[in-house]
Amino acid sequence: MPRALAHTIVVAVLIGLLLLAFRSSGYEFRWEGVWESREMFLRGWLVTIGMSLAALVLSALVGLLAAMGLASRYRLVEALARVYVELVRGTPLLVQLLVGFYVVANAVGLENRYVVGVLVLALFSGAYMAEIFRAGLASIPAGQRDAARAIGLTPWQALRLVILPQAVRLVLPPVAGQLVSLVKDSSLLSVIAVSEFTLAAQQVNSLTYSTLECYLPLAAGYLLLTLPLSALARHLERRFAWEAGS
Amino acid sequence: MNLVVEGLVQRFGDATVLDGLDLRTGDIRALVLVGPSGGGKTTLLRILAGLDLPVAGSVAFDGVALPREETGLRAYRRRVGTVFQSWNLFPHLSALENLLLPLVHVHGLSRAAALARVRGPLERFRLAAEAGKRPAQLSGGQKQRIAILRALVVDPQRLFLDEPTSALDPEMTAEVLEMIGELSREGTRFVLVTHEMAFARRVADEVAFVAEGKVLAHGPATTMFDACPVPRVRDFFSRILP
Repeated sequence: MPRALAHTIVVAVLIGLLLLAFRSSGYEFRWEGVWESREMFLRGWLVTIGMSLAALVLSALVGLLAAMGLASRYRLVEALARVYVELVRGTPLLVQLLVGFYVVANAVGLENRYVVGVLVLALFSGAYMAEIFRAGLASIPAGQRDAARAIGLTPWQALRLVILPQAVRLVLPPVAGQLVSLVKDSSLLSVIAVSEFTLAAQQVNSLTYSTLECYLPLAAGYLLLTLPLSALARHLERRFAWEAGS
Repeated sequence: MNLVVEGLVQRFGDATVLDGLDLRTGDIRALVLVGPSGGGKTTLLRILAGLDLPVAGSVAFDGVALPREETGLRAYRRRVGTVFQSWNLFPHLSALENLLLPLVHVHGLSRAAALARVRGPLERFRLAAEAGKRPAQLSGGQKQRIAILRALVVDPQRLFLDEPTSALDPEMTAEVLEMIGELSREGTRFVLVTHEMAFARRVADEVAFVAEGKVLAHGPATTMFDACPVPRVRDFFSRILP
């Protein structure tokens, strides 16, 4: 059976089951109020895209620094990177956002909640990026560094011409996967009142009292972003499957 | 080339791999290192090639001591060529780009000059048709011959080859040995670690038997293989030579 057909069947069955579940719950859909607030949804959706992208770029930088820190010869630098990664990965993003906004940002006088939101999101995602980059650098065989040294490259040339070009191919698929997580995690920005996609749905809901009519489009809006990203991640994985046999 | 090694010691953690190794060759073109696995051949070759620093001892080629710090060693590595058992080509670059990289980025040639430099050798060793392929698309023998060319096109003073055929099947082994043999006849100087005893006998000016971190015996190939006075070495050869 072709893969597209299999996907269609599975999705059709799921939608059918979902419709049955709604019917038996006796829920009456009222779309008018939500439709009138469509601009609010769209604005929130665009804010989500923008903040996710900004956080991704920043988190890639943070992650690269942290990955280099994890591999550092200096114990203090290594410890700093390790503590950062474990602390961030071990605590809920919700807590990080609240502490980041109401305690840290407040203390340093940073008031723009969009800036704080992007920063906290980038620091959060950066900890995962750090592990992705560390694993990518570690999976380059030792023979590659040997060969780079044998032909007389400087350490910086070896990194630039030999190690990084191979590591980038290895980390691109998991980085695309991390972007999928980032888009969904950005929904928590609503707790510090950033007018992104999820907050828009919550606000429309509190005006219209039509809960499912708000949250079903919300889910669809996120899928619209995450499905292409997942497809991109899989595509990159296939495209860079050459490797091996050096 | 004239090689003098004195009191070479190398340790990895608690393991002593080279244990005060001494070796003094005549003025020769080809030195072959043989001996049991784990005896220290590769460790010795890596030090001779300037890839590793020994814990103690000294190495001198033609009366010039090897540098003892990384910057000096890097300059030394640029003047010699090294070939590894598992070739270690750069998998993200085509065969041709693997050859151009050291010429352009280490030896400062323009791309055009580098291309002109590699064209002849590629044709001569029947690798021109393979130039555009990535290493993953090449056979093991082709990969190793490209790796030898990568070491060779920078015009090195000498080559270091670490078991260049140990990862290859017999047919590919023959094609790689043929290439090394041809280079040898033309006067390329090299130090070779190998288990191919018949080949060692043919190309070696001197053979050194390395075991237990020392050179147990060394001398001209014929003496070493047929009439070595050291019992340990005679035993080794009698077990592996037909």
